[in-house]
This record gives sequence, structure tokens and C-alpha cells, in this order.
Amino acid sequence: MYLKIDHVDKTFQRGSQSTEVLRGITLDVAKGEYVSIIGHSGCGKSTLLNIVAGLTDTTNGGVILEGRQVDTPGPDRAVVFQNHSLLPWLTVYDNVRLAVDKVFRKTKSRAERDAWTLHNLDLVQMVHAKDKRPSEISGGMKQRVGIARALAMEPKVLLLDEPFGALDALTRANLQETVMALHQKLGNTVMMITHDVDEAVLLSDRIVMMTNGPAAKIGEVLEVPLAHPRKRLDLVSDPAYIKCRTAVLKFLYERHRYVEAA
Amino acid sequence: MNMPVRNTDNVVALPQATAGVLPMPPAPGKPLLSRVVPVLGEIAVRVVPPLLVLVLILVVWQFMTNSPKASLPSPLKIWQDSKDLIVDPFFVAGPQDIGLGWRVLTSLTRVAYGFGLAAVVGILLGAIVGQSTWAMRGLDPIFQVLRTVPPLAWLPLSLAAFRDANPSAIFVIFITAIWPVIINTAVGIRNIPQDYRNVALVLQLNPIEYFYKIMVPSAAPYIFTGLRIGVGLSWLAIVAAEMLTGGVGIGFFIWDAWNSSRLSDIVVALIYIGVVGFVLDRLVAGVSTIVTRGTAKS
Repeated sequence: MYLKIDHVDKTFQRGSQSTEVLRGITLDVAKGEYVSIIGHSGCGKSTLLNIVAGLTDTTNGGVILEGRQVDTPGPDRAVVFQNHSLLPWLTVYDNVRLAVDKVFRKTKSRAERDAWTLHNLDLVQMVHAKDKRPSEISGGMKQRVGIARALAMEPKVLLLDEPFGALDALTRANLQETVMALHQKLGNTVMMITHDVDEAVLLSDRIVMMTNGPAAKIGEVLEVPLAHPRKRLDLVSDPAYIKCRTAVLKFLYERHRYVEAA
Repeated sequence: MNMPVRNTDNVVALPQATAGVLPMPPAPGKPLLSRVVPVLGEIAVRVVPPLLVLVLILVVWQFMTNSPKASLPSPLKIWQDSKDLIVDPFFVAGPQDIGLGWRVLTSLTRVAYGFGLAAVVGILLGAIVGQSTWAMRGLDPIFQVLRTVPPLAWLPLSLAAFRDANPSAIFVIFITAIWPVIINTAVGIRNIPQDYRNVALVLQLNPIEYFYKIMVPSAAPYIFTGLRIGVGLSWLAIVAAEMLTGGVGIGFFIWDAWNSSRLSDIVVALIYIGVVGFVLDRLVAGVSTIVTRGTAKS
């Protein structure tokens, strides 16, 4: 298996209080696969992503990537953060270049790193804004740059933490198209956190549905049997698409309804 | 911060378009005038009120100190007594008879050494205190106590330690300016968003890269607040310290003038000190706006 999440438990300890967030999470992801993790807010899906990224450690179990255990963060598991996390004092180009310089300092020449930075900005159609600062571009554009920065690290796994969560519907659809095209073109292994059912079905090969916390588990895993490339408009009436969508909705709103913690 | 820039672009663009349609000779003259007038108006709005107030103060001052029995000199008397000091800041008429510009420069050199040292050490210490909880627990209470010690209280100790006036004065500047730099830097570093830390973690930045690429730029607005307070305090302290240590310098000049009852000279020196302090503050503020241009929230 390419990426293996092996019996991961996570309990947060704050003073004498402990909160069990995840219990017994086991998941295998194949190379080139696009996996979405869906669940209600607070179910620990972001914690799971942070564990894979190495930003949070596990209580039990571990994460194995290409046969090696990973427990610290690294550019082989690049993260696209929900709120873009671009450094506001650097230009778009320099934000990506920082990552490129760090990852390819020894393997690429200066000119190659420059070309590679521009190439990745070109993948997300952001070359035109390369000299702008993050405060001068829109939310969708920032997220594009965030994706370019992650891709530029040539990660083994691309981790997307609700990457479109803060965007309006049209911008989000636009970005989903870009991500789909990139996945088609580059064949990255992707793990995406989302709470949007349509997004999950549209983009994923498999959808991992998580039960509500505390002690969230993987409730169900759904294969999405739709061929790539997928067209948003064609899918609307596609029976397989509707079936998947219904299955996820039923899981989220019938069997594991979100109960507001009082 | 970009909005005003765009606005001026628009203002410039419009007359150009008109000139293209109507290629008449007077056309370019008019927009130039209409461009200059608002700028002049802007300057007038800023300059006229303080000038008026200044004139008013001088008139009242003159009026109050006009009688020969007044204990303080009037503006006209100051002009008569200290014309040489006001008109030419950089004359040299003898070893102790030099223009106030030279004295201010001597004081500024001391401030430059003391404050420069305080800035470097303060930012480094602040970074440590801001970054490590244990360093903060250990050092912060000590800093909080030491920072309340008045600058001049350090002078006897530093005289004893350095056995020379100049390094003692520099040390007093250093110890005065360092606290706001440390404390503000520490706060700035404690306020670095978790997002930036995560980016640094994913990129595996080493501590030195983290310091230069994340910490300093992210905390820059706080650091500059500290530096600005620090430079103000330095200037306050140097005048007081020089009064006691003697030698060349604006502070000692005031003390010397007092001992020889040259009250007019003191007033002139005060104005020099005020103007230089103002310029120092503006200078740090200006550097701050340039350096922190990009750090505004996006």
C-alpha cells in the first residue's frame, strides 16, 4: 500500500481532562488515488489530516508512506490549508519560490527553480499575478497559489484541508475544475477533507465517511464508480452519481445526524 | 494602502484621455494646474494651523516675559543672545565653543551605538522569550522589574563598571531602550499565527530560516513599535546622562549653559532636542512603513 493509516487513535489531553477524538482509524490509499474524507464538523477529520501531515502526533497507531513511518511534517506530504496560509509579506512568486528553494535546493539549479516555480504557477493559471502580494488578490486566487505551492514540492501525497471551504459557490466550482484537471494531468495521490457532498462525489475515487465524535471512526467507505474526466453538467443526471450522492447524504443525515453539543 | 495609489492613477488618466481627443495647446496646462492646486491645498491644510499656533505662542510668550524683571528670556531676547546658535548649527570657534549641530551629532552618535546594540540584543532576547515558554517564565518577571528602573539610576553603576563617561552614557542608552524592544518583540512572536508555523513545519525550515523568513517579517509591526518607543526613550536618556557625564553633547551643553546663566542658549537647545527627537521618531516610523508594507492582514 502506498499510504497506510494504521489503527490510529488520538486523545487530546488538556490538564486532567482528556478527549478521545479518533478511535481505530485504518485506511489504505493507493498511489494516484483521490480520497475524500467527509463528516460533520467536529468529527476529527481535520485532526486526521494533521496526523497524516505530521502536524499532530498520534496516541496509538501510525502512518506509513511508501513503507516508511512518518511522524514529523515534511514536504513529501504538502498541505493546502483551508485559509490559504500564504505569507503576506511575500509576493505570489516568492511564496511558491520559498517552497521550491527549500525542497530543490540541492537538486535544481537557480534557473531550474525559477522555471519550476513559474511552471507551477502556470498550472493554476496564476502567472499573471506573480508579482502581487496575497492581500492584492482574491480568495480563490490565494487558494490557487496555495495549491501551486503544495504542488511545487512534488509531494507524494497532497493533503487538502477543506480547500474550498471559505470560497463562494462559483469560485469553488471553478477551483474544483482546476483541481480535477490537475489530478488528471499529474496523477497525484490526494487526500481531501470536505463537508460538501457534491464536492466529494465529483472529485473523489473513494469517499471515507466518518461518524460523529467523540471517538470518531470510519463509518463507511464508498467507491465512486465514475470515469475520469468528469463533467459537472453530465453528472447531474447520471444515475451512478445520484446513487453515490444519495448514499453519502443518507449516511450523514439519517444514520449519523449531527447532534449539536449542548 | 493601495487605494490612494490607484486613485492618483485615475486622476492622471482622465486628462490624458481628454488631451487625446482635443489636441489644443492650452489643454495640457490646465490639468497641470488642477493637479498642483489640490496638492498645494493639502500642504496648506497641514502647515498653516501649526504655524498659526506657533505664532500665537510666540506672541503670548513675548507678552508675558516682556518686562525687564521677568525671570525667563523672551523670544526676542533669545534671538539677540543666541543668534549664532540659531543661525549656524555647525560653526567651530574653539574646543568648547561649537555649534549645536555638532553637539547634537555627538549625542546622536552615542544614541546610535546604544540604541543599535539595544535593537540587536533586544530582538534576539525577545525572540527567545517569545518562542520558549520556559524562557518567558524565567526571564519575564526579571525584565518587568528591571524595565521600571529609571535610566539615570543605572549611571553610577555603569560609571563604576566602565570607568569612562562615553561608554557609560552608551550603556545607559542601551539599558533604557532595550526593554520595550524585548517586550514588543516577544509579544509579536507569540502572536505569529499557527498557520505560518504550520507552513514552516511542512517546509521543514531550520531555526535560522524560520527566524529570517517567518519570525522577523511576521513580528515586524510589533518589533518596530518597540524600536520606536526605544528610540524615544534613548533620546530622553542621553540628554539626562550627558548632563551628569559632561564632555561634548547637547545634554552637557544645557548643564553648562545653566551654570553660566545662559538661559537663552538653554531654550535654543531645548528646541534642537525636540526637533531631533521628532525626526528620530519619524525616521523609525518611516522605516517601519517601508519594511512592514506586506505584513498587513490579507
